[in-house]
Amino acid sequence: MSMNTQGRPTGTGTGGATGTGSSLLPDEPLLFEVGDTEHSGVDLPEVELDTTHLDGYVRQTPLNIAGLTEPEALRHYVRLSRLNYSIDGGMYPLGSCTMKHNPRLNEKMARLPGFGDIHPLQPLSTVQGALELMESLGAWLMTLTNTAAVCLTPKAGAHGELAGMMAIKAAHEARGEGHRNVVLVPDSAHGTNPATAAFLGYTVTSIPARADGTVDVEAVKAALSPRVAAIMLTNPNTCGLFEPQVIEIAAAVHEAGAYFYCDGANFNAIMGVVRPGDLGIDAMHINLHKTFSTPHGGGGPGAGPVVLSEALAPFAPVPFVQRSGAGYDLVEHPADGHLGRITAFNGQMGMYVRALTYMLSHGGDGLAQAARDAVLNANYIKARLEGAFAVPFPDYPTMHEALFDDSTLEGTGVSTLDFAKAMIDEGYHPMTMYFPLVVHGAMLVEPTESESRQTLDQFCDVMLDLAKDARAGNAPRCTSAPTRAPRRRLDETRAARHPPLNWEPPVELPQAAE
Amino acid sequence: MRYLPHSDAERAEMLAVIGATSVDDLFSAVPRAAFRTEPLALPAHAPEFIVEQQMRAMAGRNRAAGDGPFFLGAGAYRHHVPASVDHLIQRSEWLTAYTPYQPEVSQGTLQMLFEFQTQVANLTGMDVANASMYDGSTATAEAVLMARRLTRRDRIVLSSGLHPHYRDVVRTYVGDGPDLVSVPYELAGSLPMTIDDQTAAIVVQTPDFYGSLRNVRELADIAHDAGALLIVVVTEVVSLGLLEAPGALGADIVVAEGQSIGNALNYGGPYVGLMATRKEFIRQMPGRLCGETVDADGNRGFVLTLSTREQHIRREKATSNICTNSGLCALAFSIHMSLLGEAGLRRLARLNHSRAVALHKALSAVPGVEILNKTFFNELTIRLPVAAAPVADTLARQNILAGVPVSRLEPSDPHVADLLVLAATELTTDDDIAALAAGLTEALK
Repeated sequence: MSMNTQGRPTGTGTGGATGTGSSLLPDEPLLFEVGDTEHSGVDLPEVELDTTHLDGYVRQTPLNIAGLTEPEALRHYVRLSRLNYSIDGGMYPLGSCTMKHNPRLNEKMARLPGFGDIHPLQPLSTVQGALELMESLGAWLMTLTNTAAVCLTPKAGAHGELAGMMAIKAAHEARGEGHRNVVLVPDSAHGTNPATAAFLGYTVTSIPARADGTVDVEAVKAALSPRVAAIMLTNPNTCGLFEPQVIEIAAAVHEAGAYFYCDGANFNAIMGVVRPGDLGIDAMHINLHKTFSTPHGGGGPGAGPVVLSEALAPFAPVPFVQRSGAGYDLVEHPADGHLGRITAFNGQMGMYVRALTYMLSHGGDGLAQAARDAVLNANYIKARLEGAFAVPFPDYPTMHEALFDDSTLEGTGVSTLDFAKAMIDEGYHPMTMYFPLVVHGAMLVEPTESESRQTLDQFCDVMLDLAKDARAGNAPRCTSAPTRAPRRRLDETRAARHPPLNWEPPVELPQAAE
Repeated sequence: MRYLPHSDAERAEMLAVIGATSVDDLFSAVPRAAFRTEPLALPAHAPEFIVEQQMRAMAGRNRAAGDGPFFLGAGAYRHHVPASVDHLIQRSEWLTAYTPYQPEVSQGTLQMLFEFQTQVANLTGMDVANASMYDGSTATAEAVLMARRLTRRDRIVLSSGLHPHYRDVVRTYVGDGPDLVSVPYELAGSLPMTIDDQTAAIVVQTPDFYGSLRNVRELADIAHDAGALLIVVVTEVVSLGLLEAPGALGADIVVAEGQSIGNALNYGGPYVGLMATRKEFIRQMPGRLCGETVDADGNRGFVLTLSTREQHIRREKATSNICTNSGLCALAFSIHMSLLGEAGLRRLARLNHSRAVALHKALSAVPGVEILNKTFFNELTIRLPVAAAPVADTLARQNILAGVPVSRLEPSDPHVADLLVLAATELTTDDDIAALAAGLTEALK
């Protein structure tokens, strides 16, 4: 095993004889390989154990939790962090994920003791500021969407879908229409949509997209029947297009006695410019971690408040905030048809604080400007790349993201996956690939409003150069990529077949040299 | 606007490249009736210091837990989080990364998740854990659905003492009906009678909502004899540093609220749900999983794996609709846990128990107070001679947050109106306990 200049093994203990680390990006062993069960980074008094009230339940099973002192922990987690790509480190053009700038004021505000250090079951008289914040966030969301009610508690977008679809189910049952068991989902939808519908026992009927990438109101009408409970439509859709017939679709859905669930994952394109309530939606979740800049944190936490129309408002899950005299009340127990809890406590307060901070920073004018800049940026990328990359749906201007197919790579031996991996070697996080499913080898690029023109130009130059090189026969630049990342391509098949999902101690422990 | 990089001149240049005359043109697919060119009736953008003043004013209208004696628990606990945890999770590379779908540039997050999964598996005494759920309550509901898939049976028995919010979430998820049985506390002994050959799982919380330790092994035997699974719920994860691992007592699925380690109270979220199970049940487990593999050069690396369970691949056939989970909260948990280590977690758990013993002793001396627990970890339930909620309100006016009146969660159950649930942690001082005892004594006079 080789040693780096700090005298630490660079290898990871398995596989190759040497690690791939450079002096600035050293490989990092697993926690369980650097720590042990004796070390601790927290000083706590040793107290005598009084077992009177433990009735024989004292733990006999070893914990096997490795410990690190504080300097060791800092080094472990700082080194690990440097193996990650991040928005702060570079453009993160993941389509449909809205990787925008995460303002640090949001983080500072979420950590005020008055927000971060309050318990969800404190007497309401001691948390009036928290209820005011929730009321205020809800008011912003209802104004931006022109809707009648909001349920703040969903923990993420998919959880918001669940809450919204549960409200739809409850509304049908309340009118004696509980037999409606079909949900229409366009085939370009996020996977969470059909998963949510199926979760609630609905049968999913897929609606194919038109050749122009949008949903045909006639196709919706043909699928509507007295058995249809709802349509789940993403708008702007996952091809980056605003659904031009959305108002007609809403009317047809309502005419058939069904509800319109709108997936609001792409609300960033239209906030302050289009109010979904004006389009006829009945429910829509809003990903605070996309549109309202709360950080993605390596996969969460998110927050997915769902706004509801007048028709669905009576079915909103508890809890929700109500004005009460000069103050605020929290309605915690369902009455008159309201749904019960979808989570313990009050939802993602930490995310509410960040999102409201962002809203107050931007104001109504700034949010609209952000949406317009997001759309401008996506169209700029489309304009700069469309000579070299095929745009599958050229009939409409794109909204917040630009979609390309892989026809430019045909015959080059380079796939969308290879191309995406080559972006890594050029210093970019890849775009979303192979989604939406309706486009062959899809590459979905969402720049967001946070990128400067200079950054967009550099990005486009790299895309053009890579495509040119691939077509000129230099496939290995893509097919062998990445070569400059902390790891080369990983064997995902092996992981899925024989997955070690946690660390097991080696059979023979090497003796540490003293 | 400080977050938007373009100048108007740059916008104009970009429009020229696009071949549009105004940004409005790019919204041409929007029906004109719904397209707005005027700003909405909302406040205009504001400087950072103004926003900060507004937010501080709102925060100032809340009484922070640290501002005086504090005894609330009931599923969310105030513990000390080392300063280095919050520093580390705010590093850009952790905070502003997405879900690790591109493993070559996400090894930090992936290795952390692999370590997290190992910590959770070892802590619960189970074979495998996933990469986190939203929180303990939704993890419980997902565990119930998982048990139904595994057993192909429908009946779920919720044992007495399950957190009322958790029970409510399960009810919202699976629907109220004959397949969901909730055993009341006073009838705890009748649980075996509710088990039949259509029972998918028994759900038991330990320590339970009232703070008592439950006989998990006995329930595991009852469940297994009927061909059902045992789901163990832990809302105070620090307890696992002192109490036997559910896996060693026969649990099939363990779910927990991980907030106590690394995460602030945050008025209820974001928190981090833990879920662990037996190896043979992996393919029915919801949520993301991180696994070890090698890269093209044979070096060890980590990837998200077994995604054929998940919605982005399986769509309507997925095990769950969950997508985003609690990545950053899992990181905070994992860092705090590695700072504690086995030795630290054991000390922390013993310290929590000893503070609760001190609380128990002080409350025993308050006239009129009856302590219901024979066993406890760091939480107790007391019966007052009067309704508990007004007493808690009275004490709150004296800046003592005395505990959670059970009526807050169970308003329709008259049997619990006089009950108060109180927790003690390493942050509970002797002075806090003395203030509580004095306040209670006075309030009950």
